[in-house]
Amino acid sequence: MTTKTKQLNRIDLIFKNENDCKEILQKSFDRSHEEIINEMVNSGLKGRGGAGFPTGLKWKLTAEETEKKKYVICNADEGEPGTFKDREILTRVPHKVLAGMAMCAKIIGAKEGYIYLRGEYKFLVPQLRDELKKFHKIMDELNLDFVVDIFLGSGAYICGEESALFESMEGKRGEPRNKPPYPTQCGYLNKPTVINNVETLAHSYTIMKYGAKKFRELGVKDSWGSKVFSVSGDTPIPGIYELELGMSVQDFVDDFGDGDTKAVQVGGASGFLVPRKRFAKSHIGYQGKLTGVSLPTGGSMMIFNSSRSMYNVLNNYLDFFEEESCGQCTPCRVGCQQLLKGIKAVKRGEKPAAYLDKLLKLTDTMRLTAKCGLGQSVANSFSSIVENFREEMIY
Amino acid sequence: MNNQAEFVKDLVTEHGTNRESLLPILQAVVEKDRFLSENAILKIAEETNIPAADVYGTASFYSFLDIVPRGKYVIRVCKTITCAMKGKNQILLALEDFLKIKLGDTTPDKLFTILETNCLGWCHKAPAMLVNDDVYTELTPNMVVDILSAYKAEADKE
Ligand SMILES: Cc1cc2nc3c(=O)[nH]c(=O)nc-3n(C[C@H](O)[C@H](O)[C@H](O)COP(=O)(O)O)c2cc1C
Ligand code: SF4
Repeated sequence: MTTKTKQLNRIDLIFKNENDCKEILQKSFDRSHEEIINEMVNSGLKGRGGAGFPTGLKWKLTAEETEKKKYVICNADEGEPGTFKDREILTRVPHKVLAGMAMCAKIIGAKEGYIYLRGEYKFLVPQLRDELKKFHKIMDELNLDFVVDIFLGSGAYICGEESALFESMEGKRGEPRNKPPYPTQCGYLNKPTVINNVETLAHSYTIMKYGAKKFRELGVKDSWGSKVFSVSGDTPIPGIYELELGMSVQDFVDDFGDGDTKAVQVGGASGFLVPRKRFAKSHIGYQGKLTGVSLPTGGSMMIFNSSRSMYNVLNNYLDFFEEESCGQCTPCRVGCQQLLKGIKAVKRGEKPAAYLDKLLKLTDTMRLTAKCGLGQSVANSFSSIVENFREEMIY
Repeated sequence: MNNQAEFVKDLVTEHGTNRESLLPILQAVVEKDRFLSENAILKIAEETNIPAADVYGTASFYSFLDIVPRGKYVIRVCKTITCAMKGKNQILLALEDFLKIKLGDTTPDKLFTILETNCLGWCHKAPAMLVNDDVYTELTPNMVVDILSAYKAEADKE
């Protein structure tokens, strides 16, 4: 079976030095809202925060809401282990992110926007405020009534989940809400809200400037365009790289590995571990018709070489989830604790190896019954690590 | 204490009394005092008309909104996987050794607190830590001594 996949290709779009946001916005404002929404839909751009929801559709649904007050929120909470690209984008090309927000605001009819910035990135605030000054001047010149402010987080991974983020902005505990209703209808202060990842908004600028057709020259079906990856772990060249979507993990490892790569964690602690034997068959992109597994990702690529214990890796992830679970629902709160306790007991020989299968069943239950993406996705790393490195869990 | 009351009052005047102002107010108090005392929480509740239980409940959710006293400089060492792989434990040992306290504790002179935290987003420059809002990356045990000495000197000058 031949399906389209891509060689590893380094791209220079997001970080390209471009200072024409005002002109690009002006040109876009001259077009009808429908035209812009179509451009966004046709680009096939999917959310770069991890979940991969089609951005054009999100904007369209929010535009259709009749509520007077609406919001645009840039999700800069970036708490997924192994992810650091949003900070780089906000540092080097904040004007592109803001241009994306302005475009969205114009289309949906929002007058207020926020950047929800994780507390760990507080040092960025002064430079972002300078950028906002310039941005608001452009808004004045373009006659768009749109103001953006910064809202700082305070050290809670779960606040990156969109509904927890709204709760946090509303001055409450960052506990995810039930969905539906979705943010497009009922977001911040229960008003229709577009919430997009930093990178998604920067790509929107690119699409406005170059058009959907150009955007789709990169990537593969269902995963168009490029993506910014955060590369860390056992690699001689850790850092931030923009790559074309659709590459195989093998190609990625050939370029970024240290020659001794045992496994790659794609998508952070809530993503999947890909063992060496699956490198060639696994591709980076969103759900689609690629051969083998297609792995959606917020862009975190953590590389492990043969010196690393996968037990330690899983232990570290579970420790993370156990601490960051908001504790609101039982499957996740108790589940994370039991998983952590369970793998330790197996390692120490207090429980038989077969206990791992019980724990795998528990993660299945969590996937089905947890209230939000955190509890649901613990199963991803747990099962992909335990199933592929079972002996390391036991001995 | 009067000072504290004035400070909270000014914050509430600046940010307003709606619930959306709560986090910014709590953050400003923590920035000044490094933690939220019971008095501060009660004062915020009084000035904003938000029940004290809600103020406390919100604050206690966030790992950066401490509700126990901390040092003037709060050190948060990243313990997530890449930092753990790249020598986080040696950094922690160097901190403990230099400050003569254990993880989670505050020095008797109330200058430093050592904590661990989850992914700081500097995995490509691991190991990393925060001292209040300042980021330090690609740490070595020697660097830790230099960094802390500089903070000590800064505190001595004040
Ligand atoms: C536990 C959890 C944490 C999340 N953290 C982030 C985050 O830090 N940044 C982000 O953009 N999206 C995060 N998301 C996804 C958001 O809920 C939301 O889907 C995203 O901001 C939408 O933007 P996008 O469509 O542009 O990706 C998280 C989701 C979950 C379940
Ligand atoms: S799944 Fe976990 S993080 Fe999500 S709502 Fe339930 S307890 Fe909270």
